[in-house]
Amino acid sequence: MASSIRVRAVLNGDLAEVQTLIQHPMDTGLVKDAKGELIPAHYIQQLTFVHKDKTVFLADWGTAVSKDPYVKFAFKGAAKGDQLKVSWVDSKGGTDSLTATIQ
Amino acid sequence: MTVLRLALGLGFALGLVASGVAAADKTDPVTEAKAFQQFFVKKFPKVAFDDFVNGPYSMNEDMRRQWEDKEQFPPYEFALEAGKEMFGKPFKNGKTYADCFPNGGIGIRQTYPYFDDKEGKVITLELALNRCREANGEQPYSYVKDEMAALTVYMAYTSRGKRFEIKIPDDPRALDAYEKGKEYFYTRRGQLNFSCASCHVQSPGERIRAEILAPALGILNAMPIYRSEWSGMGTISRRFVTCNSQTRAVPVEPQSDEYRNLEYYLSYVSNGLPVSGPGARP
Amino acid sequence: MTASFGPLATRRLILKGAGLVALIGLGNAVLHATPVFAAANDDKYPEDAFRQKNVGDAIKALYGRDHEASDKIKLDAPEIAENGGVVPIALTTTLPNVTSIAFIVAENPSALAASYKITEGTVPAVANRLKMAKTSNVIALVESGGKLYSATKEVKVTVGGCGG
Repeated sequence: MASSIRVRAVLNGDLAEVQTLIQHPMDTGLVKDAKGELIPAHYIQQLTFVHKDKTVFLADWGTAVSKDPYVKFAFKGAAKGDQLKVSWVDSKGGTDSLTATIQ
Repeated sequence: MTVLRLALGLGFALGLVASGVAAADKTDPVTEAKAFQQFFVKKFPKVAFDDFVNGPYSMNEDMRRQWEDKEQFPPYEFALEAGKEMFGKPFKNGKTYADCFPNGGIGIRQTYPYFDDKEGKVITLELALNRCREANGEQPYSYVKDEMAALTVYMAYTSRGKRFEIKIPDDPRALDAYEKGKEYFYTRRGQLNFSCASCHVQSPGERIRAEILAPALGILNAMPIYRSEWSGMGTISRRFVTCNSQTRAVPVEPQSDEYRNLEYYLSYVSNGLPVSGPGARP
Repeated sequence: MTASFGPLATRRLILKGAGLVALIGLGNAVLHATPVFAAANDDKYPEDAFRQKNVGDAIKALYGRDHEASDKIKLDAPEIAENGGVVPIALTTTLPNVTSIAFIVAENPSALAASYKITEGTVPAVANRLKMAKTSNVIALVESGGKLYSATKEVKVTVGGCGG
């Protein structure tokens, strides 16, 4: 099954600029479905980015992060061809990860 | 002659339909399209011509910034991937969508809709896709749901940048379809008594409640669109239906004569503008 | 996880505190020796902070201290959100030694929207997309050099982001 994670990691000078878009409902638990029942909360809680065994960025998310969440950040010390491992854990214990190559 | 053209031009500017003036002479779509485009270009001198395809974003800076920010990694990304996969997957009989379309379906979105002289009707891209499915033993997709949206997302994407080139052949039936589309566009309907022109010709750039109105020029070039309001993708069919509902008019069936003719008219008068789809909208 | 040596090592030996052993190895550990800062510094999901309804409680749960406004934080948010469900909000800052950035949407059912841990070598800047239930102040918090700074911007919302 295809990963939910899409990553664009590009080197700009000495900075690796990372953009991530993840396919996830990020349900708040406040919305009702067509039958009038509450759709239970289901959202990514933690998203980590690891480069050469070091966590370069850690996101703690609540239900107020948009559906199909997006985040952008940048870090130093990467070289072209390096791997960046992106993983998430959600409120239902679901997980996914993807290893991207820095361009 | 000049007076007549001026009157035709004014007719569009004021959103009038079938004024005696227009009916007095044979319709000249070429002239009408020019007048239509000139109306918007004059109304918005600061908007670059190609920018009209960006709808409300060509009308409001604050909104444009939010849109450009999201375009870095757009919300229709997943629909595009799904669409590409669907397009390439063979039907049960082994054939593919590519077999139904010129150039394998790649880079052709800008030629739809077209007038089919054998059938004597307007064929839109959505209709053509479902006909392809049915011709190959598959169930047609709903015109307003995600599968049709994904397919048209992919086809629009492969045609990005190509300029609309809608043709009206020298055939009275084609001219009639164009006329009917124009008539639908300018006719008031429903509880709010709005015509499409009420918002998209008379008030582009202004707000209706919370929304900034898009100009009619280039309004279909970004389709299909990911709408924040829908939290998802929508086809041209979906947008025509929901726009009718939102203006408290009774929608007709997707791909009915009215909608296909409307799409024909709106696409034709936007000839020369580039395909910007798939797009994102509020 | 690298350890640093030289003059800082002596300071680290002197410092005491419950979470100290866990903190050694993080680039800026020496600045955050007191346990009350641990909440924003370890990798545990701040469940409690996300449960808080109002701004004050959320900041207290996440950082445990007061914040002061800083003009060294640039908070990018629209005047009027196109749609409350997806509001692009970004932050850049020239504050030094940033270890954490968080976003609070004051009028949301739970004020804390997102919190980011900035490690050494990572630029103190984040862009994300948040939901806003209605017109509200967006408060960005930046933890820099052990102190907490903030920037606030009001974003108008006409179509709520929580399904309304």
